[in-house]
Amino acid sequence: MDKQFWRWKEYNWKEEKLNWKEARSITAGIDVGSVSSQAVILTAGKIFAYSSQRTGSDSPQSAQKAINWALEGTGMKLEDIQFIVGTGYGRVNIPFAQKAITEIACHARGANFMYGSSVRTILDMGGQDCKAIRCDERGKVVSFLMNDKCAAGTGRGMEVFADLLTIPIEEIGDLSFTVEQEPPPVSCTCVVFAKSEALRLLRQGWPKNKVVASYCSAMAHRVVTLLERVGVEKEFAITGGIGKNRGVVGRIEKELNVKALTPTWDTQIAGALGAALFAQALLEKTKSLN
Amino acid sequence: MPVAGVDIGGKTTKIIILEDHKILAKNLVLTGLETGKTALTAFQQVLNDAGLSPDKISKITVTGVGKKEFSLGHNEVSEVKADAKGTVYLFPSARTVIDVGAEEGRGVKCSPEGKVVDFALNEKCAAGSGSFVEAMARALELPLEEIGKLALISTQQIPMNAQCAVFAESEVVSLLHAKTPKSDIAKAVHNAIANRISSMTRKIGIEKEVILIGGMAKNLGFIDSLKKDLGLEILIPEEPEFVGALGAALIAQEET
Amino acid sequence: MLANYGYKDGSGDYYITIDTDKCVTCSDRKCIQACPQKVFEIITDDYDQEVASVVSDQSKKLKYSCAPCKPNVGRKELPCVLACEPKAINHSW
Ligand code: SF4
Ligand code: SF4
Repeated sequence: MDKQFWRWKEYNWKEEKLNWKEARSITAGIDVGSVSSQAVILTAGKIFAYSSQRTGSDSPQSAQKAINWALEGTGMKLEDIQFIVGTGYGRVNIPFAQKAITEIACHARGANFMYGSSVRTILDMGGQDCKAIRCDERGKVVSFLMNDKCAAGTGRGMEVFADLLTIPIEEIGDLSFTVEQEPPPVSCTCVVFAKSEALRLLRQGWPKNKVVASYCSAMAHRVVTLLERVGVEKEFAITGGIGKNRGVVGRIEKELNVKALTPTWDTQIAGALGAALFAQALLEKTKSLN
Repeated sequence: MPVAGVDIGGKTTKIIILEDHKILAKNLVLTGLETGKTALTAFQQVLNDAGLSPDKISKITVTGVGKKEFSLGHNEVSEVKADAKGTVYLFPSARTVIDVGAEEGRGVKCSPEGKVVDFALNEKCAAGSGSFVEAMARALELPLEEIGKLALISTQQIPMNAQCAVFAESEVVSLLHAKTPKSDIAKAVHNAIANRISSMTRKIGIEKEVILIGGMAKNLGFIDSLKKDLGLEILIPEEPEFVGALGAALIAQEET
Repeated sequence: MLANYGYKDGSGDYYITIDTDKCVTCSDRKCIQACPQKVFEIITDDYDQEVASVVSDQSKKLKYSCAPCKPNVGRKELPCVLACEPKAINHSW
């Protein structure tokens, strides 16, 4: 693993009040992403426990660690889980998962649960990719796109910029709003070329906050054009690492003229949660077949 | 009377002073952050070398991505036009010019007179031009001159998955961690960029002779990978970086 | 579902859209053979439908893979688009 691009803590959580032993069904979803891995356990369709941690060098191990950590202190064992679905880029490499489902479908399903059935458009901005998803009231994907080729518009792009300007990444958002007047966006999309452009702007005497504002607005604009390809419909939700960067989110909301929903859960678990919900549905299906 | 061709690239600025098809002086400097200023200093330098005062230059034609920044130019020509002109002057049989500079890759199809028939660009994405190799050299902690040579001694083919200069840097770092020989990584880097350049060129149709110019035409590893990808021999002028400036100067000369 | 495979980078947008509602009605799967670059494969998607999708390592380099099919001069209808009977395939560039 090279650098840690988005500062977040490793954590686990459990619902102390639920008695899992009486639950009709126990399912789990595991999301092995390129940067972090999450596990969510559902008992009778309710969130019982979850965990989030850094992805290790291989997927099977990361998945194992994620589920172990979610199980920790619950008294539940891996064998107690009746159905497990894997998602994320490492999804095909989770030996104890019965099925693999793409992060797009899982994300939509998870967001539908977290934000309620009125959510139609989901933007997920991660450390290394960006996804735009439109879904129906059941969380089924209607249209999607992913951009994992280009670093512009991802956490990585922002990190490169933060490094260049020697500003801690978590301060970028607030700093970008300290300008009196919104500067024009950086004209180069490519992170490599935008870096040279930023250096030129600094040389011309632009203060750092202006350069930062200019980059945030370029990034917001770029993401909006991606969203437009899938179509933006209300309600709108933003998940993922950059979802925490007000400098970008605020500008996206402004450009689209819609407010993003406020999450009730940590949006980091959206993919794993969706996977666990798929697992639940698949379990019901196998039960009804028998 | 002498004329000047100025080519302001993303990385280097090139200037040629020409009189009756004879090069009186030339200069190559790093473009740096203050493009306009650098070009002016470089221009003064080249005039000194030629022993000329500015008023002796009858026409100054400017090209390159930074052409707008040069205050002394009389007119501007597109990079592809300058490339075609300069290349056909050096190689009358040239029909396809591949110019790979730091910020842009260009494929130009040209007529026997050195006019542009068609062109295609790899622009605005560093993965499609010389910047890609530069970034990878940095990740490998190798000077740019070394990375190309190193690729030639590679013994195994390894794939490069990332198609972005930024992500490819991390990929190179993890390959290094996995103890992959630098030469094999260098080879993969050059194969990747060669493939992007040859696909770009296929858009205009490849006709012989194929000439490679621009800064990357000095990179042996790239030349090797490009030849293999195209399945063709390619010709390279002695000073491939100067062809754009030469083309601009030739155009200036024609117009006076 | 409109499945968009591809990317946007500094130079532009390169997306192949597959309309899976149309694609699922297809029996011949001619796109697989028609594409000289082997861009497509048939998958069972997340909603258990058998449809075409873009091979994952191709989705990051479509601009280059498709370049020979898209010459500047004399561009014809794309082989994949031509082969697809239900008209499920669309290119953004
Ligand atoms: S030819 Fe068209 S419809 Fe048939 S499989 Fe391919 S994409 Fe689907
Ligand atoms: S344009 Fe050509 S290479 Fe691209 S997907 Fe269609 S058939 Fe394949």
